[in-house]
Amino acid sequence: MNNTVSAKNVGTVVLRAEDVWKSFDEGTITVLKGVDFEVNEGQTIALCGPSGCGKSTLLHLFGGLDEPDRGTVSVNGIEVNRHRNLLRLLRHEIGFVFQLHNLIPDLTLEENCLIPTVAAGIDHRTAQSRLRQLTDRTGLSHRLNQRIQKLSGGERQRTALCRALMNKPKILLADEPTGSLDEQTSSTVFELLLDIVATEGVTMVMATHDRELAVRCDRLVEMHDGRIHEPAAD
Amino acid sequence: MIFLKLIVTNLRRHRIRSFISIAGIAFSVAAMLTVVTILQGAIGMFSGILSSDSEIIVFERNVSDLFFSNVPTTAVEDIDGWPMVAHADPVLFGVVSSADHPIITCFGLNATDARIRKATWLQGDRTKFAQHADDVVLGVRAAEFLSAALDSHVQIGHAAFHVIGILKTANGFEDGGVFMPLGSAQSFFHKEGSSSVITIKLHNKEDAAIFKNSVKAKYPDLIALEDAEFTRSYSQFKILKATAWAVGGCGLLLGGLGVANTMIMSVFTRIREIAILRVNGFSNLQIAGMIFGESALVSVFGALAGVSIGTCFLYGLKLIPALHGYIDVAIEPGLMLIVILLALLTGVAGALYPAIYAMRIRAVEALRFE
Repeated sequence: MNNTVSAKNVGTVVLRAEDVWKSFDEGTITVLKGVDFEVNEGQTIALCGPSGCGKSTLLHLFGGLDEPDRGTVSVNGIEVNRHRNLLRLLRHEIGFVFQLHNLIPDLTLEENCLIPTVAAGIDHRTAQSRLRQLTDRTGLSHRLNQRIQKLSGGERQRTALCRALMNKPKILLADEPTGSLDEQTSSTVFELLLDIVATEGVTMVMATHDRELAVRCDRLVEMHDGRIHEPAAD
Repeated sequence: MIFLKLIVTNLRRHRIRSFISIAGIAFSVAAMLTVVTILQGAIGMFSGILSSDSEIIVFERNVSDLFFSNVPTTAVEDIDGWPMVAHADPVLFGVVSSADHPIITCFGLNATDARIRKATWLQGDRTKFAQHADDVVLGVRAAEFLSAALDSHVQIGHAAFHVIGILKTANGFEDGGVFMPLGSAQSFFHKEGSSSVITIKLHNKEDAAIFKNSVKAKYPDLIALEDAEFTRSYSQFKILKATAWAVGGCGLLLGGLGVANTMIMSVFTRIREIAILRVNGFSNLQIAGMIFGESALVSVFGALAGVSIGTCFLYGLKLIPALHGYIDVAIEPGLMLIVILLALLTGVAGALYPAIYAMRIRAVEALRFE
């Protein structure tokens, strides 16, 4: 089986996985089995597949949160290396949104959003300007001083989206971003997500179970048994 | 600001745990400050006895304690006659016990000694000192604990003495002591023909080096030291200081273990949070900075509280009548700085392992952590 999936749109390849293998529990569970995968700049891609098929693992590898056992993962042509490029990658090139919002409960919405700017040493004025821009877009500007506990599920996930985009990354890795939300909120948040990534020119790879949401992306990629299949959309 | 808030937030989140850590450091600092200050005060008081109206002390070379020093009377008489010497006062130290007091310090002195001349005589007549062999003068504290009054007789050691005066000095040791004529003390302590030390007053302080060399040349068994030199080099003082710092150090070590425990718990309870920070670009240095910042805050608050507690405790001790004159509450700024720095270092050391642990947290694993 040919696992190589070529990009639909002509453009610069920003994410590339070449013959990537990944296993857990000392090799007893192999999650990725020689994945070859490319993503072009500006695309929105939905990774679909059953639980345990390797969607999240692939996202973690692209984000430098984990290392492949074999094969290479590169972002913008540079191999993701945990020791050399990871900080730059996480600070400036990639944003993460998770199924659980992963916000810090004792901080306010504003403070949570500003965390990436603190990490990257971005000056306060620039950070505030970007914060206003994103919270205006996501309808959160009136909730800036609210603690996370006081926000609804949808607001929390929108906050997580703002945080992920604070440092203007060119790539957004979203792992079930609406998985913890009810249907209506999920749809709203997803609309917002698509709108913002389109406006900002962000490349998005989203792992999801929700095929209704998945088909609205530029590409839908199926994962089964540690391998990639495309196309699978109707 | 957010970085600082991340530090403070965790302390506020676990208020009781933070309080216990701060209290641990505070009591360690207070203990160290109290013990060191009391001992330094004691050393200062003892030095004060020796340096009363003198700038050089002569005693037997290589003795571990001045109580064991023997300076021949012939040497006293000789040195007193040296042209550079204004006066040379022999002092004999002795320790006796009474029924309720296991240690009473006795001073054998000449009538012209500064300790007799400069003290405030509460009762009795200074000019009568050393006229009779069984006469003694008591320090005001000694008179209290021996229940002695003027003209009464007190049992000191194996003999009874006639109290001819009660005096007060600025020195707790002297106030708790018994002053005897030198000859009586020599006889009482079986040290005829010798004294423990000679305290020397020079006409000109610039002659100190010449004087010391002269003593070295003529009396190789004796040593002459200026007061400051003596305080620095006297082995008993060194032992006392080392003991004080060791006791204080143990206290700080315990405080440091408390901080280490708190910081380990702090890291364990927010593994996921640290992972979130990592995913958002926090470097190892920033993560470690957060942990060290937290422990530094604990240490600073602990040190400040400890200095306050220690100072209050010393003032409290000073108010106890039995300790009057023994406690010097003047905390040296240098000592305070050292103690605060040690507390900070303790805090940092306590956070070392937790910081390393936090730096090793892998975001991908920690994000699975519930």
